[in-house]
Parts: sequence; structure tokens; C-alpha cells
Amino acid sequence: MSDTANNDERIKEISSLRQFFMRPELGGMVGTVAVFTFFLLFAFDSGMFNSQGVLNWSIVSAQFMIIAVGACLLMIAGEFDLSVGSMIGFAGMMIAVFGVVLNWPIWIAILITFVICLALGALNGFIVIRTGLPSFIVTLAFLFILRGFTIYIPQTIERKTIIGGIRDAAEGDWLAPIFGGKIFGGVFQWLGDAGIIATFERGTRAGQPVVDGIPMLIVWAIILIIFGHVLLTRTRFGNWIFASGGDAEAARNSGVPVNRVKILMFMFTAFCACVFATCQVMEFGSAGADRGLLKEFEAIIAVVIGGALLTGGYGSVIGAALGALIFGVVQQGLFFAGVESSLFRVFLGVILLGAVILNTYIRRMITGER
Amino acid sequence: MNSRTEHAPIIQMKDIEKHFGAVIALAGVSLEVYPGECHCLLGDNGAGKSTFIKTMSGVHKPTKGEIIFEGKPMNFDNPRDAMDAGIATVHQHLAMIPLMSVSRNFFMGNEPTKKIAGVPFFDREFADRITMEQMRKMGINLRGPDQAVGTLSGGERQTVAISRAVYFGAKVLILDEPTSALGVRQTSNVLATVDKVRKQGVAVVFITHNVRHALAVGDRFTVLNRGQTLGTAQRGQITPDELQDMMAGGQELAQLDDALGGTV
Repeated sequence: MSDTANNDERIKEISSLRQFFMRPELGGMVGTVAVFTFFLLFAFDSGMFNSQGVLNWSIVSAQFMIIAVGACLLMIAGEFDLSVGSMIGFAGMMIAVFGVVLNWPIWIAILITFVICLALGALNGFIVIRTGLPSFIVTLAFLFILRGFTIYIPQTIERKTIIGGIRDAAEGDWLAPIFGGKIFGGVFQWLGDAGIIATFERGTRAGQPVVDGIPMLIVWAIILIIFGHVLLTRTRFGNWIFASGGDAEAARNSGVPVNRVKILMFMFTAFCACVFATCQVMEFGSAGADRGLLKEFEAIIAVVIGGALLTGGYGSVIGAALGALIFGVVQQGLFFAGVESSLFRVFLGVILLGAVILNTYIRRMITGER
Repeated sequence: MNSRTEHAPIIQMKDIEKHFGAVIALAGVSLEVYPGECHCLLGDNGAGKSTFIKTMSGVHKPTKGEIIFEGKPMNFDNPRDAMDAGIATVHQHLAMIPLMSVSRNFFMGNEPTKKIAGVPFFDREFADRITMEQMRKMGINLRGPDQAVGTLSGGERQTVAISRAVYFGAKVLILDEPTSALGVRQTSNVLATVDKVRKQGVAVVFITHNVRHALAVGDRFTVLNRGQTLGTAQRGQITPDELQDMMAGGQELAQLDDALGGTV
């Protein structure tokens, strides 16, 4: 609120509680606090909160975050992408095919894969815009098309569905560490030496910290969150994203290039999926045809927990990131707490339902509907 | 009134005809609008009001006739051309997004930017300040620039749309039945807005089929019936009953009016 607004005596002060309730991030913030409280109480001794444990759920959360940022901006722009999971599998497989089977330098393999994924994202968007079909149908088609190719291609050329050897191929490459490397190794070494975090006690790595750096996956997640948040809230393009999802016709009447916005958001979602895939491939050293299964739904659930409306026009990148954090913490926390892992799905379903109901209520408050 | 006629009209529509296939929607309509006047365009459903203003705002090209804008003949290819020239239309279907804040709506498509380290950012401070200023000018009390448009009443939304058009340089403001879906108090708010805009020197074309709304703010009144002008009258030279009769085409309504006890 600007100063002029505060100085106007005619303006009724809105209760700060109500204003707080209107934040899209509310659900994410409450959920994050609840989840951490729960696991701090019930799984504190399980190793979940030592350096290794924190890294463990941070990596899983970061994976969710990377795809959630893309899905979030796209959902606010009024569209869905159900092909994210298949795109992850497809991108990973492309890197393996170019880098291992064709033996091209890994950086070329990565760059070409990014170009292919962005083109596929643009194609998704183009079809949605041109046909006027719901994006959920168009991208559902790509879910199957891309997954099919991801299985077919390695089967045909290598007679298997997992292609390994990427770590060797990436040895000495300049681009691969940007996705598979780690940073701040020195800091962790110092922390280990100072006895603040655990170190290996014997073996070849004796004296080295158990956690020897922050994986680039987490760095990517943070960069994408900051980028997405700034883009959405601080730029004119961000205003166009809200407008395109809020009411495409009204936005067009006001001169917003709705088609361009939507296609770019499909491309951004594809970009995020490709980042995810590249990090994963570099970490595992292999590409598998079943990678990224169901990720599209997990991304959408994280976004909805983060307060975005399924109908578009409203949401928050920070909220989506918190939704992803809740996901990562619960998925790994159940493991640490020794709970049967299948219950994670029950949790997902319950929290999704709760989040959607909460969002509907918040929407009514914002728009003043009764 | 007399002082106004000394100025040149900002827009002149001369003998506009518009045919859709075999249907003659407009059969030679002429109209002049002066800066700072509120020109009411009245007519019953199907009289050709919508077609006429769509011709004025560049949606339709006239089959025959001439549009002279600021003294020059104009040929608008599309609404964007007309908008750029300074002819803005506020439709019943408003270009407003309920979930977005007033200031984000106000600047939608025309966002101000501020460069930080060479990167253009949305200048929210400026947008918020201008929005609050403009809204206060129109007599709307916002809780804050971040209040969602969805919380505003229909009349307030019309006012936001009108002041947005004026802020972005509208010289001719076409209001397409702005009061048709509003309650009494909201209607009077919108009419007050129209009055304020007119006093800023904007030419307002006010389309309505409600005679009382027209008489409340209009300087001149043009009645359309079956694609033709039934004449333009000055304020004070015509009674509400006469206007009503002209709109409905006379006789039948007079009888109906009697039957209903003068409530139409």
C-alpha cells in the first residue's frame, strides 16, 4: 500500500488478519509449519534433521520445486501441462542418446535437448491456442506421445530401456557440472572440520564431511523460484500472465498479447522439465524410460497447495515452492519416521482436497462473492 | 451550450450507411460530437445503436459515408487504430479482471516500467499512486490499490473502466449502455463519473435506452429508429415524453403508456 493510501482518512482499514488470509501463500505457509512441527516432534531422532537428512529431503523438495515453478506460472496463465512427466523422461533419454549412443560431447547433447524441449513446449502451446481446445486434452496427448517415444527410441537402438554411462561421457565437460555439480564444498569441509556436521570416520574419504556441497539441483530450484517470483510480481509480463489467466478476452481487449504469453509459459514449463531431467541424468549417470512418471500431477498438486486457482489468474510462485517443500518433507519424513510409504499417496489426496477447498474459500473472500 | 458550438466538432459522422448483406442496419446517420459534451444516443433495441458505435470505434467499416475525426477524414481498419487515435469504448462486457487488483487492472496492457540495472520492472509504486489518484478524482474510495476489482460494485467497475480510458488519452469516450445492469445508486455514481469526464473536455457518446439516464447528463440527444436519425435535440428543448415517443416510434407506446399509468 502506498503512503497516499494510508493518509486517506476515507479508507476503511482492512483487518490485518483478513488481509493475511487473502495471501495466496497462506495454505503453503500453514502447511509448512504444520509439517515441520509434526516431524520435529515425531521423527527428530531419526536422522531427518542432521546434515545428511536435511540434504535428503532438500533434494527431493528441490526436484518438486523446479517443475512446480513452471506449472505454477502456466496455471496462473490459465493453462495446464500434463506432459511434464513424460517430458522429463524424454529429455533425459535424448541426452543419453546424443551423448552416449551417438557419442557427441555432453554439452552439445544438453543444448540440443533443451532446444527440442522448448520446441515441444511451443508446439503444445501453439496447438492449444490454434485449436482452442482445453490444454489438458492437448497435453494429455503429449503425455502419451512423448512417453511412447521415450520407450521406443532406446528399445530400437540399444535394445534396453535404460542407457547408462553418462557420467563417463560427461567427464571434463564444461556444461555438465552446471547441472550435476556441487557448490560450497569448502564451506562444508570447514563445517566438517569444525565438528558442526558429521564426517566420515574411516575409509578412503575419512575426515571428509558426509555432505560435501550443495547439489546444483537445489541451486537451480532457488534460481527458478526467484526468477519466477520476480517475473510474476515485479514485471509487466507478470501482469500479462495474471491477465491472460484471469480473463483472456478482457486481456486481449486491453492489448495484452495473450497468445504469446501462453505459448511462452508452455515453453517455460518445458524448460523446467528439461532442467529437472538434466540434473537427474547427471546425478544418476543414466537415463531411464520410466523417469518422471506422475510428475505432472505432483507439480500441479504442489501448485494448488501453494494457493493457485485451477481456473487461472491467481497464485504465487512462493506458494508453489512451499507446496513442493511440504511434498519433499512429507515423502522423505514418512520414510524417516518408519511409516509405510504407500501412506504418502493417501496424504497427497487428502491435502489436495483440503487445499482446493481452502482456495475456493479464499477466492470468494477476494472477489467478494457470497 | 452556445460556447460549445463555437468549437469544431471532434468527430463527425456523415451520412453513415451500413449494410449487412440485404439488411440495411444504418440508412444514412449523421452525428457530430463536440469536446466536453455528453451526446446521448438513444434508441430501442434493434435501432442500430450498436452498429453505429461499432462503426465509430473501428469495428465495422461504413458501407457509405464519411468519418471526420479532428478535422481529417478517417478510415479505421480495426479498433486498435481507433483507440490509438483517441476513441475509446467502454463495453458492457468490461475489460476488467475480477481477481486482479485495481491498479493491475488499471494499467493492464499499458504497464509503466522502471529500469533497475537495465532490466525493466513493473513500476508498481507509480501504478498504485496513479490509480489511487484517479480513483479519488472519480470519487471512489479504495481500501488500497491492491484491492481486487471483484470486490467493487458494478458501478464502481464502470467508473474504473471509464477513468482508465480517460487516463490513457481518450478524446472520444463511447459508453455502451453503462447503466443498463445497474441499480439506482450505482447508476447515479456512473452518471456522476460521466459528468466529471465531460468537464475534463472529453467528448462522451452515451448509449442508452433509458430516457431518464440520458436526460440526467446529456447535452444533446440523438434518437435512432430503424437505422435512421430522428433528429438531434438540445438539452431543454425536449421533454422526456417526446424523447420516449421518438424512441419507440410514437403511437403504440402512447397507448401502452396510458395503460400502464405512465410508468414506462
